[in-house]
Amino acid sequence: MGECAYVLEMLGISKSFPGVRALDDVTLRVRPGSVHALMGENGAGKSTLMKCLFGIYRPDAGEIRIAGERVTLENSKAALDRGISMIHQELYPIPHRSVMENLWLGRYPTKGVGPLRFVDHARMRKDSAELFASLNVDIDPAVWVAELSVSKIQQMEIAKAVSYKARIIIMDEPTSSLTENEVAHLFSIIRRLRDEGVAIIYISHKMEEILDIADEVTIMRDGRLVGTYPAQELTTDLIIKRMVGRDLSHRFPPRENIPGEVVLKVEGLSSAEHHSFRNVSFELRQGEILGIGGLVGAKRTELVESLFGMRPIAAGKVFLRGEEIPVDTPIRAKRNRLALLTEERRSTGIFPMLSVRDNAVIANIDRYVRRSRLLDLKRADKDVRKSIESLRVKTPGPETHIQDLSGGNQQKVILARWLLTEPDILILDEPTRGIDVGAKYEIYAIIADLAKRGKSIIMISSEMPELLGMSDRILVMCEGRLTGVLDGKEATQERVMELATQFM
Amino acid sequence: MPAIDATHGGTAGTLKRAREFASKNAIMLVLLALVLVIGVINASFFSLSNIRNIFIISSVRIIIALGIGGILITGGTDLSAGRTVGLASVIAASLLQRPDYADRMYRNLPLLPVIAPIALAVLAGLLVGLVNGLVVAKLKVPPFIATLGSMVIVYGAASIYVDRPPRGAQPIGGLRADFTRIGSGYLGPNGDISIPYLVLIAAAIIICYWIMLNKTRLGKNIYAIGGNPRAAAVSGVNVSKNLILVYVIAGALYGLAGALLAARTGGATNNYGQMYELDAIAACVIGGVSTSGGIGKVGGMITGVLIFEVLNNGLVILGVNAYWQQVIKGVIIIAAVAVDIRKYLAKR
Repeated sequence: MGECAYVLEMLGISKSFPGVRALDDVTLRVRPGSVHALMGENGAGKSTLMKCLFGIYRPDAGEIRIAGERVTLENSKAALDRGISMIHQELYPIPHRSVMENLWLGRYPTKGVGPLRFVDHARMRKDSAELFASLNVDIDPAVWVAELSVSKIQQMEIAKAVSYKARIIIMDEPTSSLTENEVAHLFSIIRRLRDEGVAIIYISHKMEEILDIADEVTIMRDGRLVGTYPAQELTTDLIIKRMVGRDLSHRFPPRENIPGEVVLKVEGLSSAEHHSFRNVSFELRQGEILGIGGLVGAKRTELVESLFGMRPIAAGKVFLRGEEIPVDTPIRAKRNRLALLTEERRSTGIFPMLSVRDNAVIANIDRYVRRSRLLDLKRADKDVRKSIESLRVKTPGPETHIQDLSGGNQQKVILARWLLTEPDILILDEPTRGIDVGAKYEIYAIIADLAKRGKSIIMISSEMPELLGMSDRILVMCEGRLTGVLDGKEATQERVMELATQFM
Repeated sequence: MPAIDATHGGTAGTLKRAREFASKNAIMLVLLALVLVIGVINASFFSLSNIRNIFIISSVRIIIALGIGGILITGGTDLSAGRTVGLASVIAASLLQRPDYADRMYRNLPLLPVIAPIALAVLAGLLVGLVNGLVVAKLKVPPFIATLGSMVIVYGAASIYVDRPPRGAQPIGGLRADFTRIGSGYLGPNGDISIPYLVLIAAAIIICYWIMLNKTRLGKNIYAIGGNPRAAAVSGVNVSKNLILVYVIAGALYGLAGALLAARTGGATNNYGQMYELDAIAACVIGGVSTSGGIGKVGGMITGVLIFEVLNNGLVILGVNAYWQQVIKGVIIIAAVAVDIRKYLAKR
């Protein structure tokens, strides 16, 4: 391996999905015994690139070399066999199985004679315990994964990735649900692995983490490579500038909304579900943008989905303009002029095979029923065209399948859907997730404009700059509890993080 | 939540524990209640010969249910099971007719060792399973559609096999005594106090299947694939290979069940096994196997079959009208799953 300075070379990788060029001629070179950070906005192509490396996607063009040798990785097993392991951004636990069965999945130790092989549970338990001990992780290998907290599952996934004894470990947002102490602990593990010669590809949005741990940084934007730089030469501002490709001052539109009287008051709201939010109280004013911050697993989505009647509540009251309202079904929520843009656009937002028009009017279809009980599609078309224009949706027309639009434009159509219901309160759950930078700004502009026109906005965001840049006030949650309310102007990243990890 | 427990004291805790026990063992309690109610109304239900009869009939059904159970745990389904049982039954029966039987299908067939036609029946089932597995795993056809197709194909094949133009498909009778003894024989002093061979065979299959599901890599992979197929794939599990194996094992079990069914009834027709797959799926589901995959136990599958057969037997003994029996069985299937699903709903 002496003649090869890189343990991994991904050269000229391109990958397209229907309607999207996710990767365009991207090159990544990683040295052994180093931490290589991969940075970029959501939708920049980091995860796609890593999925190509881990055999989940097959690149359309380009080649992958490991220690100088050209390889094709047709599935994840091939990648694992080549010494590549991965901590996945979306966690992949098998809930109704034990921790150790999750850990050793795909490589269970066996005992027995000849072809009669049985899974060696005793050894699996012992190996799991030793692995956790060596990494200082406190998890019982015998419990069901369904009983673990998100943070424990993430630690389990980290331990699993380490246990492959790989020479390249991909870590895609490994700290999204970890507390500061746990992050520090992960970093000590990373440093140890690096000193043992392991190459680590580290994806994160958290600048401090990157500048703390990385040796080299590769920055991507819109599916293309921006460049690879030694970490010492970089600052937070420089990274953001290269990631965003524009000046920081223009990341958020100016806001001219003036919060007025209280429209929504939530008192001691508790979920009826296990391990969910409890005793949450807050107020929302007219024309206000109320941000909700917290780590993954803080139960923010559960809170707003309960407000919208999608999940059952056990206790608490909700007042709309001083009058108590039941929150039991989305139908009632809609009638009370609430709207919810859900977190998972693909699974609970769009109807991929339906047209832009059908997607836009689906929440408001009652309005287009004529006396004959048939739909007035002409009027629907007219309204949709108006929305398309005012929200600047880039689509060939209302008849186009929504799945053929980019993520940002899909999101605008969903926004149009809810705006057609003429809501007073708009709840946005991660409104810019998976959307490219340009479209993000446009969505921010729409949000700011809605607030200015007197709509009240609740916005969950896991992106700190977005949360700080867009909110009049910020609620912070941790482990299902409200830990603080910050003024948008005075809030800092540190203060939000402190509240977000208060009970961990 | 622990704070609530502490304030409410002991009785609430006991009540809670009792409720937990009931929800965890709901299926067993249902079976127990059924047995008691039927037995109290008509004591002949408890007679040794009746109980023995229930076990004999359940034996074949359990073998089929185990095969389907494994497939359900992977998140799949198998509609071809019943027809595969039928195909296997006619294959085994046609090769095991008495030499002196007038309507023999193969007139000049020599006296084969009993095991050979049974092995052939198992092989036929195994091949159907292999095709199902390949179509599901490689062609990515949804299991419902893949096995719907093979169900029709296998029925056609079994009918062609027993077709005697111009008379049409003929039932196969006159089976050899050394074959039918597998279905009617027993180990023990007399008819009532004894263990039927069929029960012994089913017991052996249950043990092997339990070991496969709980102690081997294949078993663990079956649960993993059903629980989260993407997790299995990114953990380096060969998903298609494991899926194919599950269908192959199931097919072989249907084949065996078909041969045993012929031995027990002393004959076979191309209509044997019709709708058995639905009974088996229903039994598994009653026994707590999740049709969306990842969850299910051998004990549950067995209990599910027993509930079904106790119900069948009990309703006959109670003299319930045959059409009403169907209605009652349907209601039980839906009610059992509606109760069972609560324990997962609460967790969300």
